[in-house]
Amino acid sequence: MNFLRNSLAITHKDLRSEIRSKDTINASLSFSLVILLLFSFAFDPDSEQVQEISGGLLWIVFAFASSLILSRSFARELVNDCLDALISSPISPAELFFGKAIANFVLLLAVELFCLPVFGIFYNVTWAQRLPVLLAVMMLGTWGMTVIGTLFSAMTVNLRLREIMLPTLVYPFIIPVLLGAVQLSKVLISGAPLDADNQIWFRLLIAFDVIFTLLAVAFADTVLVG
Amino acid sequence: MRTKLIVALSTLACLILAWNIRTIFLHVPDEANQGAIFRILYFHVPAAMTSFTGFFVAMGFSVVYLVKKDLKYDSIAASITEVSLAFAIITLVTGSIWGRIIWGVWWAWDARLTSYFICILIYSGYMMLRRAVDEPNQRARFSTVLSVLGCVDITIVWKSIEWFRTQHPGPVLSVRSGGGMAAGMESPVYINIIPLLMLSIALILIRMRQEDLRHEVDSLRRYAHSF
Amino acid sequence: MASETGVAIEAVWKFYGDYPALRDISFTVDRGACLALLGRNGAGKTTLLRILAGLTRPARGRVTLLGEDARAVETRRRIGVLGHGIGIYDELSAFENLRLFARLYAIENPAAAAKEWLERTGLDRVQDGLVREFSRGMRQRLAVARAFLHSPTLLLLDEPFTALDDRAIAVLQQLLAEARGRGCTIIMSTHQLREALELASDVALVNRGRLAFRGERSAEMLQDPSWLYRNYGEA
Repeated sequence: MNFLRNSLAITHKDLRSEIRSKDTINASLSFSLVILLLFSFAFDPDSEQVQEISGGLLWIVFAFASSLILSRSFARELVNDCLDALISSPISPAELFFGKAIANFVLLLAVELFCLPVFGIFYNVTWAQRLPVLLAVMMLGTWGMTVIGTLFSAMTVNLRLREIMLPTLVYPFIIPVLLGAVQLSKVLISGAPLDADNQIWFRLLIAFDVIFTLLAVAFADTVLVG
Repeated sequence: MRTKLIVALSTLACLILAWNIRTIFLHVPDEANQGAIFRILYFHVPAAMTSFTGFFVAMGFSVVYLVKKDLKYDSIAASITEVSLAFAIITLVTGSIWGRIIWGVWWAWDARLTSYFICILIYSGYMMLRRAVDEPNQRARFSTVLSVLGCVDITIVWKSIEWFRTQHPGPVLSVRSGGGMAAGMESPVYINIIPLLMLSIALILIRMRQEDLRHEVDSLRRYAHSF
Repeated sequence: MASETGVAIEAVWKFYGDYPALRDISFTVDRGACLALLGRNGAGKTTLLRILAGLTRPARGRVTLLGEDARAVETRRRIGVLGHGIGIYDELSAFENLRLFARLYAIENPAAAAKEWLERTGLDRVQDGLVREFSRGMRQRLAVARAFLHSPTLLLLDEPFTALDDRAIAVLQQLLAEARGRGCTIIMSTHQLREALELASDVALVNRGRLAFRGERSAEMLQDPSWLYRNYGEA
């Protein structure tokens, strides 16, 4: 499909740039480590509590890590007016948006996969008992954050207060995603099976991802073309 | 013409409100379990309904802007959103006061209050975004996107926090807590909707006038710079 | 006739808020013509070019490029744009940049096209070098390569000779001559009256958002480039 091919050309470009410079991913990783460290001062890392709040902790780290990656996403197109070159090219704004969203997803997921074992080490938490399902939750949650964050990154890229505007706009929007992901992660990290009560959070994540992906792709043109 | 409408609406609204207040304080007895404080719900609930409706109506006007490209619709949408935001804050504050008396705490993460808090965060973001964009057409486009996404999101937020609270029960802010309300007690809750709606329309009209003036200043400024 | 019209601008208005940056602009450019778009800073030249390049839509009126709307995919495939910014990625190599744009423009063999254009602009020996290490002149030549890569039939150039070094100017002039030779339509906004008027077949002058003059390039203009501004400048 043309749509996917064009989007992936953009994804490929973004990932290649990032892998070469490693600016964003290094910053994001350092930031995540600092947050994990700070949390250790907030409560006793050895206590039983940690297992209880592990889901929340992890997703707070992931949410903060995302802000650096997402803000950079469209900011990198401003240099040399590359965004104009892309918009006047034959690809559609929807393809451009989707390609960038996939690139951000890959980068953010990479940071998260690094944080997970580090978290386990720092807080003496075993997290791999239900790994496949946990990975599924991470992917669904990360896509939710990415799709909103990439669209808002496109909106705020030219604004004066870009660094402030992006987190301010994104975080309230992704609360349902974080809520669902936290509930599921908490259960999965403790090794328990998911019961009917928890299935609802899966459905929430999937519904959120589908609805907002469609809306974001539909609005990409409105946001990117004056 | 518009000024007359504003004055008429506000006056009428204040009169009805005054009458309702009189009814609420003089004719409605204290509620069995909640005592005197339950009267605040007569303002909390209509404010909540006004603001929630407002956000969705504003989304409608935003979408009309996108179709017709007439900035007037964007002005209307922004004005409605701002006034709805004010009413959402009133909802939160009145709810919090109620909670302080009934539960003994200023804030208890009740499902409705939490959802309203998130609403306020989303639409404060909307107002911040409008301030940050200089070009009016771009501002209108971005506002539309944010308004549509916001309304879809607050619906999802509402449902998901409700589900969360059924799994992790906590204090619940309800008009009907402590048993059913007696007949005479319920109607002022809904009658207060009318004056509050009228007040909100008056405020929206005032806000729209500000937007018009702002447009004028904007274009005068650009004319000046072009010399 | 429709088949001879390269670009048709009909009653175009563009507003920034209530301020009209372009007011009721209407003119056509025949296929194969080369139009010099003149005007002071802030007159609206860049705004007009941005509309033609599909970066923004007119508030009123219509723009037709090669018979289609400016935002149509087929149109965008046939337009080459050289704007103020160079439009190439610092973190990619020259080759990777051209190959990316070749892919986006649906060129059959992107790698081969990229290599060919690196040779034509004299960048083949640095093709694997990252653009951020290039000199300014090299970047400009790469930008030119990007604009011509897909053999556009319509070229939109916003002050192309500004800040080009001699080598880049030579490359651009040669490519423009070739493009004209194969019937490409060119619209070029510029302050460099002399260079532009030498290349141009037609001239348009924009003043405060309005079209102040539209006609063929004349001998008078060549002899005295500021003739236009004197006669049609301040409306």
